[in-house]
Amino acid sequence: MADVLALEAIRKSYAVGTPVETEVLHGIDLTVCAGEFVALIGPSGSGKSTLLNIVGLLDSPTSGRLVIDGTDTTRLDDAVRTRLRGHAIGFVFQYHYLISAFTAVENVMMPMLVDRGHADRQMERRADDLLDWVGLSRWRDNRATNMSGGQQQRVAVARALAMDPALVLADEPTGNLDTASAEGVFSLLRRINRERGTTFVVVTHNMALAERCDRIVELVDGRINAERAGRTHEPGAA
Amino acid sequence: MNRLVPFEWTAALRFLGEGRMQTAFILGGVTIGVAVIVFMSAMLAGLQANFIRRVLTSQPQIQLLPPDEVARPLRDQPGVIEGALVQKPTQRILSIDQWQSIAAAMRARPDVVVVAPTASGSALAVRGDASRSISVTGMEPEQYFRIVRVPDYVVAGTARLGTDDIMIGTELAKDLGAGVGDKLNVTTANGGGRILTITGIFDFGNKAANARNTYVALRTAQSLLNLIGGATTIDMTVTDTYAADTIARDIAAVVPVEADSWITTNAQFFTAVRAQQTSNTMIRLFVGISVAFGIAAVLVVSVIQRSKDIGILRAMGTTRGRILRIFLIQGGVLGFAGSVLGSAFGAGALILWHRLFRQVDGSELFPLVLEPGLFVAAAAVATLTGVIAGLAPALRAASIDPVEAIRG
Repeated sequence: MADVLALEAIRKSYAVGTPVETEVLHGIDLTVCAGEFVALIGPSGSGKSTLLNIVGLLDSPTSGRLVIDGTDTTRLDDAVRTRLRGHAIGFVFQYHYLISAFTAVENVMMPMLVDRGHADRQMERRADDLLDWVGLSRWRDNRATNMSGGQQQRVAVARALAMDPALVLADEPTGNLDTASAEGVFSLLRRINRERGTTFVVVTHNMALAERCDRIVELVDGRINAERAGRTHEPGAA
Repeated sequence: MNRLVPFEWTAALRFLGEGRMQTAFILGGVTIGVAVIVFMSAMLAGLQANFIRRVLTSQPQIQLLPPDEVARPLRDQPGVIEGALVQKPTQRILSIDQWQSIAAAMRARPDVVVVAPTASGSALAVRGDASRSISVTGMEPEQYFRIVRVPDYVVAGTARLGTDDIMIGTELAKDLGAGVGDKLNVTTANGGGRILTITGIFDFGNKAANARNTYVALRTAQSLLNLIGGATTIDMTVTDTYAADTIARDIAAVVPVEADSWITTNAQFFTAVRAQQTSNTMIRLFVGISVAFGIAAVLVVSVIQRSKDIGILRAMGTTRGRILRIFLIQGGVLGFAGSVLGSAFGAGALILWHRLFRQVDGSELFPLVLEPGLFVAAAAVATLTGVIAGLAPALRAASIDPVEAIRG
């Protein structure tokens, strides 16, 4: 299967060229195939979020090569990186980060609005389909402030799928939810991966959830410490 | 969501709508600022127009006079003056030399509208036991009344002037106990005298002018002042009122006369107008600056409050330029909406002021001048001020690092 994500010798340093220069990622090599569901685990400060930001094109590596969906991002300028980020990558954050001035359906439409500049009927239909998918059709016209944490996170998941991205990056997507809501959101991500073939890289501290992923990558002190397959069979998985 | 509205506009309007309280307060501030500017500008324009109209309808814009007589010292030989003292000569009433040809030359100028020769001098008006010194202006009414609108100020009788007629002011009429149809004995120092009939009484709204100014036909004045066929001044109006000074200098350079413009003879009035304009400009400038700071302050707070929204929008592929536009639009919308409300409030306040505050006689204090141009200019300047005020917060928003913003 083709690689959606390829990292070659990715290094990241802060305060480069100063006496307090600090390297937080020490040459990461990692590939993720299309349709894979990868868990990124590790203790706090191990570099998980930094790596996720680099993969999400929100941050740049100090050196190394990053290929996303066949595009080498090493020498892209800010405008092209922004465009690639909008098209190829979906984000789900620990806190939902819905934009409170917009309704649920408008939040799901947001990546398409950003891309095309104004709303159209097709965009609205797609947003409705995605809300239906995450089971929130009834709440389509609700503002974020009028929904529960679990509902908001499911809207955020629908939003991440709006542009049909090759890769969805989820940073602690269940970290701010109660057990039942966390189970609901994780199952939803897994179902999307299974039924739509969307590739996921999920940062989590929850080992039980990590074990339900196809592969677990453990990061310690900015290095990949271990890589192994998940142990728990996901109900309904092939 | 409206499908015709671009995303930047939708986001800008939603952000403004969501921060209702902030938006309402700053909109109130912009509205008051624009209302003050509109009210002051319109009122001052009205007052100024009224003053200028009063000044220009009671005096010529340019007046040509014979040059002053000067005494030349006796000279014994070149460079040697014989007399030690040179006495200043008295200024007799003199006619402008060749005034007919000068008047014809003036009429031929494209920048001159009306030319009216006059013969003016002092006289004594006697009625019964009462006598008053007066200033007699003799002129051709059909020309002169286009310069000085005496008929507009007539309060009794008509503005008709035959060879034995005179028009006098209300104050003189009161002093002499005379009315329309009564006769006055008008005599001058050089022995001229006529019995004239009062055909009209005017009120210039100026006590001194109403007591001294009188108007007779040109031939009557020439006879009274012993200036047969002569004219002491040539009064004129010009196409561009405010170019009167330049035109007067231009005329004085080519014709052997003194030329005074209304701008020179009303220098104090112009100083007052200029001071008023300067203070008005300063007030407008400072109101504009405080409005701009108000908009900028609200948008800076908005950028801080929305940094997470901005971060997530950037993560979704929103360019820096689009983020910049969202906040510039907010500044522009605040400025424009404030200008529309402010213009309405300013105009309303001016209309109310105009109705409530009248002169003692009940006439308007100033003409109500509500030029559409003022509102268009207020809207344009306020919108531009809003956009400029939004620039700093918008640049700050556009430079937000999505990683930092999302991490919080």
